[in-house]
Amino acid sequence: MIQLLQQPWPWYVSGPLIGMMVPVLLVLGNKAFGISSSLRHICAACLPTKLPFFVYNWKAERWNLFFVGGVVAGGWIAASFLTNGQPIAINPTLLNSLNHYQIQENNSMVPTAIFSWQSLFTLRGFMMMVVGGFLVGFGTRYAGGCTSGHAINGLSNLQLPSLIATICFMIGGFIMANLILPFILQL
Amino acid sequence: MQENISFQKIDTNTDFEVRSLDAMCTNDSSLQHPWWYNLKYGVAGILFGIILIKAEVISWFRIQEMFHLQSFQMYGVIGSAVITGTLGIFLIKKLKIKTIHGEPIVFIQKKFNKGQIYGGLIFGLGWAMTGACPGPLYALIGSGITVIVVVLLSAILGTWVYGAIREKLPH
Repeated sequence: MIQLLQQPWPWYVSGPLIGMMVPVLLVLGNKAFGISSSLRHICAACLPTKLPFFVYNWKAERWNLFFVGGVVAGGWIAASFLTNGQPIAINPTLLNSLNHYQIQENNSMVPTAIFSWQSLFTLRGFMMMVVGGFLVGFGTRYAGGCTSGHAINGLSNLQLPSLIATICFMIGGFIMANLILPFILQL
Repeated sequence: MQENISFQKIDTNTDFEVRSLDAMCTNDSSLQHPWWYNLKYGVAGILFGIILIKAEVISWFRIQEMFHLQSFQMYGVIGSAVITGTLGIFLIKKLKIKTIHGEPIVFIQKKFNKGQIYGGLIFGLGWAMTGACPGPLYALIGSGITVIVVVLLSAILGTWVYGAIREKLPH
């Protein structure tokens, strides 16, 4: 059993489990599945500010911070106890093209050539981590949600604005990965 | 007195916004519970974190595959998650299922604004760079890739800057 859990879970197992989060959170206490609002609550809770966007009763949304805290713990549990130690099977075409930028797979979820403390102080690492992270935080709040809040929760509730947002997520991603990233990875 | 009133006005406005923009339902529980009632959401989060790792959707490589149409994994995960979620919400509505505390579950329609386009595009750019949306950021940190803390802090800064300049942005 534990060996089965240590294998990568195929999409038709993991996808429905992710989708189950939507009704589960609703039934647990009328909570809408969404992650990126936690970033706003952290701003409201930790950064002293008079900005109206961050003046609200964040304690009423405390459940969200418990939820993301759980995600951190879950990441630790899965990486420590539920792994078979094998690298992720990646499309060889992608690996080939990444080789041009000295990016190899090294049995990690992220390419350590880019995402490491050493490369944080290179132009490429800074762009990918700091600028990329900024766009994630800015964009999700501007759009009012991220992949969980819009693409999964919003689409599950048949919300047209969420469909528009999801399509724009994908357009932005395709533009970056295909048209812009080749230049950044060369840095 | 004057100040007090205006503060209250802002407070209720943003509270509504938090729920209607960030969340689908605004009928958040009116019941008062002790803090440890929130632990159940922590448990749900643990399960979600484990699923994210085992689904491999937190892998930077998987995200690149998705945006180069080189793998079905991400499309399969998101697609089947949406189908499951839709079914769950359909059943909640159909069977009038209540929360475990006995409150009715009500859904609020989301309003369109241009932020979903501009913000969506901006998030998409960042998603393909970091290879992670906010959920995976938390899971990656937990899995031991500590440098992702920098990405998360930068995302928090991005959220703060949005809050600071949102009046000037088209919505």
